[in-house]
Order: sequence, then C-alpha cells, then structure tokens
Amino acid sequence: MSWIDIGHIDDVPLRGARLVKTHVGCVAVFRTDEAEVFAASNTCPHKKGPLSEGIVHGHKVTCPLHNWVFDLNTGEAQGADDGRISTYPVRLEDGRILLDGAAVSRRSAA
Amino acid sequence: MQKLVVIGAGMASGRMLEHLLDAAPDAFEITVFNAEPRGNYNRIMLSPVLSGEKSYAEIVTHDDAWYAANKVTCRFGEKVLSVDTSRKVVVGEKGEVAYDKLVFGTGSSAFIIPCPGHDLPGVVAFRDLEDTTAMVEAAGKPGSKAVVIGGGLLGLEAAAALRLRGMEVTVLHIASHLMERQLDPAAGYLLKKDLEKRGITVLLEASTKEIIGNGRAEQVTLADGTELPCDIVVMAVGIRPAVKLAQDSGIPCGRAIKVDAQMRTETPDVFAVGECVEYNGTLFGLVAPLYDQAKVLAKTLLGEPETFAMRELSTKLKVTGCDLFSAGDFADAPGREDIVFRDPARGIYKRLVIENDRLIGAVMYGDTADGNWFFGLIKQGEDISEMRETLIFGPSYQGGASADPLSAVAALPPDAEICGCNGVCKGDIVKAIEAGASDLGAIRATTKASASCGTCTGLVEQVLSVTLGDDFVIPAAQPVCGCTELTHEDVRRLIKTSELKSQEAVWQELGWKTRNGCHVCRPAVNYYLLADWPLDYKDDPQSRFVNERNHANIQKDGTYSVMPRMWGGMTTPEELIAIAEAAKKYDAVVKVTGGQRIDLLGVKKEDLPAIWYDLNEAGMVSGHAYTKGLRTVKTCVGSDWCRFGTQDSTGLGIKLEKKLWGSWTPHKVKLAVSGCPRNCAEATCKDVGIICVDSGYQVGVAGAAGMDVKETERLVDVRTEDEAIEWTTAFIQLYRENARYLDRPYKWVAKVGLDWVKEVLADDAERKALVDRFDVSQSVYQVDPWAERAVPDAARRFQPLADLTVEAAE
Repeated sequence: MSWIDIGHIDDVPLRGARLVKTHVGCVAVFRTDEAEVFAASNTCPHKKGPLSEGIVHGHKVTCPLHNWVFDLNTGEAQGADDGRISTYPVRLEDGRILLDGAAVSRRSAA
Repeated sequence: MQKLVVIGAGMASGRMLEHLLDAAPDAFEITVFNAEPRGNYNRIMLSPVLSGEKSYAEIVTHDDAWYAANKVTCRFGEKVLSVDTSRKVVVGEKGEVAYDKLVFGTGSSAFIIPCPGHDLPGVVAFRDLEDTTAMVEAAGKPGSKAVVIGGGLLGLEAAAALRLRGMEVTVLHIASHLMERQLDPAAGYLLKKDLEKRGITVLLEASTKEIIGNGRAEQVTLADGTELPCDIVVMAVGIRPAVKLAQDSGIPCGRAIKVDAQMRTETPDVFAVGECVEYNGTLFGLVAPLYDQAKVLAKTLLGEPETFAMRELSTKLKVTGCDLFSAGDFADAPGREDIVFRDPARGIYKRLVIENDRLIGAVMYGDTADGNWFFGLIKQGEDISEMRETLIFGPSYQGGASADPLSAVAALPPDAEICGCNGVCKGDIVKAIEAGASDLGAIRATTKASASCGTCTGLVEQVLSVTLGDDFVIPAAQPVCGCTELTHEDVRRLIKTSELKSQEAVWQELGWKTRNGCHVCRPAVNYYLLADWPLDYKDDPQSRFVNERNHANIQKDGTYSVMPRMWGGMTTPEELIAIAEAAKKYDAVVKVTGGQRIDLLGVKKEDLPAIWYDLNEAGMVSGHAYTKGLRTVKTCVGSDWCRFGTQDSTGLGIKLEKKLWGSWTPHKVKLAVSGCPRNCAEATCKDVGIICVDSGYQVGVAGAAGMDVKETERLVDVRTEDEAIEWTTAFIQLYRENARYLDRPYKWVAKVGLDWVKEVLADDAERKALVDRFDVSQSVYQVDPWAERAVPDAARRFQPLADLTVEAAE
C-alpha cells in the first residue's frame, strides 16, 4: 500500500465528510467519530447523489437525494434498497488522514 | 427643510434616526458627527465579536449605503470641538454646521480606575471596536493572559469571550460577589462556580493597587500584594456619561445631560438621548430604555406628543451556559419576604421577593425558564396571595398558560369544537365518555369525532386522557424513528422539562438506541434544541439536510441553486445588474420564482462562496430558499401605486420579512400581504396571510397551497401595522415552540386547534412574551449565512479536501 496524506482530521467536520478527487472518481472521506474515518465512493448507485453531502450517523451515511443508507464498513445499501458503493482503505496517523494511493490510482482505475 | 445635527452615532441616536426617517423621510436635512471613524453598530454584540462567534460586519446596524440612501451627511471620525447655542452652530474639526435642532447622543465612556499604570498601552476598556480589536490581538499570542477588572455584566462577557479565545483569564472584582447589582450572593456564588468550571479564575474583594510594565502592561498588583502577570488588562468597572461637550456648551447637566420626558434639554432646540442623559435623577445603561427614549425623541422632533416612561428592567448575561435572570428589587428591607428554592445537585437557585402581596423582585440561576413570567408579575404588580404557595414553581403550576398540551385541552370550554369535519365539540365527547366510551374507536362510533380527516385524533385522545385520567393511556403513537420509542411530541416536551440542551444529552437521557441518531431524528432534535434553547445550544450543521448545511438547494445533477433575498419582492436596477453578472460569471440558468424572487440554477458547489461574495457585495443576502424557515413575504404594490390599495402592503411585507428572516421553524414558512381584498398577493393560501382593509389588517393563518390546498383562517383583525407584526411574530414563535418537525403551520393548527392558538395569543402578556422569545432567538440566528461562508476559512470547506488527480500528474 502507498499511503497518501490527504489532510488533517479536523479538516473533516465530526459526523460529516469531505471530497477527494482521484483517478477512480470522487471519493468521500467520512468522519464518524472524533478519531474514526472511512473512505468510500461519493456516488450513490441509485441516482448518483453525492454521498459526502449526506447525514453521517453511526457507521452509516444517508444519501441526500433519496435517503438510501449505506454501511461504510461494507459499502452495502441497507434495508430494502439493493446496491453497493466501493470502499477504500484509509487510516489515521497523528491526526493526519492517509488514503491508500494504490486503491485510487490510475492503474487501479484501468 | 429644517437642519438636524446629531452628535454621536450610537445605538440610541441610530434608533432615533430610524424612527424619524420612517415617519417623515424628508422632514430634516440630517448631519451626524461621530468621533469613531464609522457609523452605527450594535455595541451589545461586541461580546460575540470578541469571542469570534460573530464578525464586525454582522453587527453593523447602519452601513454606508443606509446613510447614503437616507441622505444623511456623515462626519465620522471627526470630533465636535464646541457648540454655540446662541448662533445655533456645531463646530467640528473640519468646520461649522448650522442647526435648527440639535441632538446629543454622545453616550458614555468607560470608567478607568486612576491607579498607577492605568495609562499604559495594553490597558483597554470594552466599549468600542478598537478595544475589541486590541483584545483579539492580545489573545492571538499562544499562552497569553488577561486580567479583567470588574465582575459586572460587561467584564464577565469579556472574560468568557477571551477564555473562548484560549487566553488564561483572571477576573478581579471589588465586591464580595459577582454582578452584585443584578444578583444576590447565592446566585453570585453559582455564577462564580460556573465560570471557574470553564477555567476562569475569579478573585473577589480584589482591589487593584497598580499596573506595572516596561512600556506596556505586564502585571497587575493587588492591594494585598498578589501579583498577576498579564498581556492585557481590561477595565470594565463601569461607565460614565460623556457630557463634557454639553457642559462646555452651557447645557444644564447633573450627573448627565438633564432632559424632560420629551427628551428636551433645558436649552431651546437642543435634545439628548441615550447613555448621556439624566432623567428624573436616573442614568441609563441597558438598551431597552434607550430605545424607548429614541422613539420619544423622534416624535418630539416631529412635533408629536409622546412621553418617556421608566419601566422595569430585567437582566440576562450573554454567556453560554451561565443561565441567570434578575429583575426588580431584591434588596433586603423591612416588610419584605423571600421565597427561596434550591436544587444543589442541579445548581439551581431561585429567589422571589414579595412586598404587600406583590412580587417586586426575582433572582434566578440555573433555571430561568420562568423568568419572563415572573417579570410580567413584577411589571403588572398583580396580587399574588392566591398563588403564593406554588408561585416559585412557575406558571405551569398556576393552571394558566402552560406548555403541556393536556392542560390546554383541560382548559377548553365544553362548547369548544374538537372535530371540525363533523362539528363535534368537547362537551359531546365528554358526554360520550361518561356514557361509557373509553377509547378512540368508541368515540368515533358514537360521536363521529375524528372519523373523517383524522387530523383531530390527537385532540380527541387528549380529551379522553383528561376526562378518564389514569384509566386512559394514549396509544403509543408513531415514534420519531427507529432510534427511539418516543414520539416527536414526547421529545419536544422532555427537551423542555428536563432541560436537555445538547444532542448528547437527548441521546443519553432519553435512551436513544443508536450511537448518534439517524437522518430522520437528527434534524428534528437539532431543530427542537435550537428552538427551545437558542442561547445554550449551538446549531449543528452535520444534523442538517444538505440544503440547509450548504445554504443552497441541491439539484438532481449535484449542482446548486442560489437565490438572493428580495425584501417584499422589491428589487433595484443595481441588484438586477449584479444578479445578471453573477449568472453570466457562474454560468447559471435564471428562473423567476413564485415567491417574487430570482433563482440562479446550476451553480457548482465550489463556486458557492464566490457567488455569495459577489451578491453580498451588491448588498444582497441569502433568501433562505432552502430552509425550514422564513422563505418569502409576497406582496402587491399596495397603496403606493395601486388605485385600490388600502394600506402600504409592500412596506408591511418588507417589515415582516426584515423581522422574521433567518429564523428556523419546524417547516418552511411563507407569508403574503395583499393591499386590498382583491388579494393580488394570494395571501389567503399562505402560512400567514395578511389582507389590508380600510380599517386595518386581517391576519389569517394556516393556509396551504401544496399537496393540500387550504384557505387561511382568520386569526385576528387589528388596526395598526405594529399590531399586525406583533401577532404574526407571536404566531410564528408559538408554532416554533410547539409544532413537530416537518409539520407546516396548517397541520399543526389542525392538531392543536385554532381556538387554542387564538386564546394563547389574545393574552397580551403571553403574546409579548412570545415576541420577546422570538427576538432572543433572532439575536443569535438572524445572520446572513452567505456572508459567514464567503470568508476564506469557511469557503475552503466547499472545495475538495484533496485532488489526487493533480498530484499524480506531477
């Protein structure tokens, strides 16, 4: 893995998200707790709603357009809805957010 | 035209000018002198500026454009050297101005303790923007220390704000408890404890001996030898009226400029207003009486009769988490009796002072919810002997107005209509219950109440509950969401009664089943908290839907729409040019909306702060087209242009919009004002719709024109514009305090009944209290969200956190 420093944890609001542009498309970085982050595709498979604008609760995010709910651990849609978003390895080190560069590189996109 | 010269651009003189220009825009040619190099701003709000919660721009009350629009000649930054009352001229540093009428609004200056070192740099007062800027600068240094001399209102607000900025703060107070003019020792003790909890050191009976330092203040030494190193010293021990100019001009002064009840000084054609005034031996420092004076003076200048009357004042401290309230007279004296309530575990203290069976004073700490009610009793001088035993527990124990819907239902008379569809009144339902009906189904079968549209179901259940008591358990209604078993109504009630002031408190105390809620309950709880505790709870953007968080409406392609406010649907060529330029620059599609405004569609998220900045620069603010809050006030052209118009409907619409904008409500709120019953503004299908008639204003509420279409119902007919505004504001506040999240007013009114709404609002004291509570909330929330986010720090959040496509290419 090649960890890329994409910013400080405090750049992401608690129970909020920020966007990262990558070669595999827009990735949303979610901050679910003081020191807990997830990374997943920003795009809802239903109608392409921007998930980084959704309400973040527990380990889940709700799409702002039509309330699809995704588990950020697995990327699976919850409840009656059927769909999945890609998730990406991300970790915290001394308050810095590190995203796995290999997973979002051009090669991985190819 | 008569020449009016005003010396001092402060809150009192500013308010006076507003009244004057409202009533007679062309009566005077106005010149304003101000020693500070700027116009009028809201000095009371310097505390939030100091703490960083607001910016200076947000507290400006009259900007350059306002003075220009009202043709006021501004001589700001220019001191007045003298006034020659025989020649009737004011001599400024840059020349003379003749006057027909002269107003002193010179305000007050901080009292500086004349101890050695008081004139060192780094010793500041807390009176104006310069002082505030100096403190902010000092706070910028890591680990910096502040000593605040004075533990009154101003000193404590400064101390709390500096602490919020990360400074080490020590408060020195000469008396034996804090805020001794507003609090008694017990409340002062609790306040001290709370301040110490947030890391502020409080030294009582501390007498400052000297301030020492090499070229600037570096240490405060107390009379007992204590040495306090510091980077800044804030003197907030009191104010004294600035009357030297008046004295030198031969205008009779006592402790301040003497005026009569019309704000006239003893010198012909010279008036005074504000903190520089002495009336009946009294000086003034709080804003309410200053505003009263301003109103009186405007009338006097226009030759209309008006009299200034002193009124009772209450005090609250603008420090989050320190809930205190005091009003009236609470000094010990023969013939006075106390009622005291304490709850040490919760840090609550309440004390009422009674003389001759009347409440004359109240001090409360920790729980001030009933403050306004007690304040009302003090003002009215009502005999309280009847309710003396339970007085201290507040209005909910008096069988009067109460937040509990059950007692409201209990208070309904038998002929009050419960079910509008089938014309069933409360008495019919009670009779059916007495004849054996014991649940909703039985009531429906025997009386048909709630058997049609069903919106009165809640009311019928409440009648059952009130009549049967414990024998009837209101069926478990729909819970808010899967996170809790509680209904919206339960949550609202418990937030109020258990004084839950944070989301964490709600989740913990009400046993939420999830860690931090979900997309259904979070926005609702966030709204309830900010509506019930505007001063304690801080709005949480992460508990808002995308539109309210980003202050723009998200569109299906992920772009946003941007809609500036057009007050009452009025705009100007300049605004239209700015809108057109913004539309071109940001490649937006332009749509004229049904709410008499212009929508710019297709704006990218990254561009939002920039387009807001551009529109702000042209004087426009957010139209809140995306909020559960006040949307628009639609108007017709009214008596200004229309041959049928009976009143200035546009003007009233603008006033309503200016009063109400920025407020959050359970769902969106739309208003309209029509100038005559022809109703061109379509006021009869709005949440509040006002129809102007010859004799005044018909205020209708609870209309709808969405999924449901419904005509408004008449709330009240009033004679004056002020009353129309008061009733509208009180209605909206009642809705804010009681409705469930996402119920429009028509749905809420159907549940509680228009009669109940009318009854609450018809009570003059309650109506005014509602307006007061609305104003308190507006003091926090009436800010332009665009301006807040168009600054670089906030704008950054609208950009991607990182762009790896660029980095990889390097």
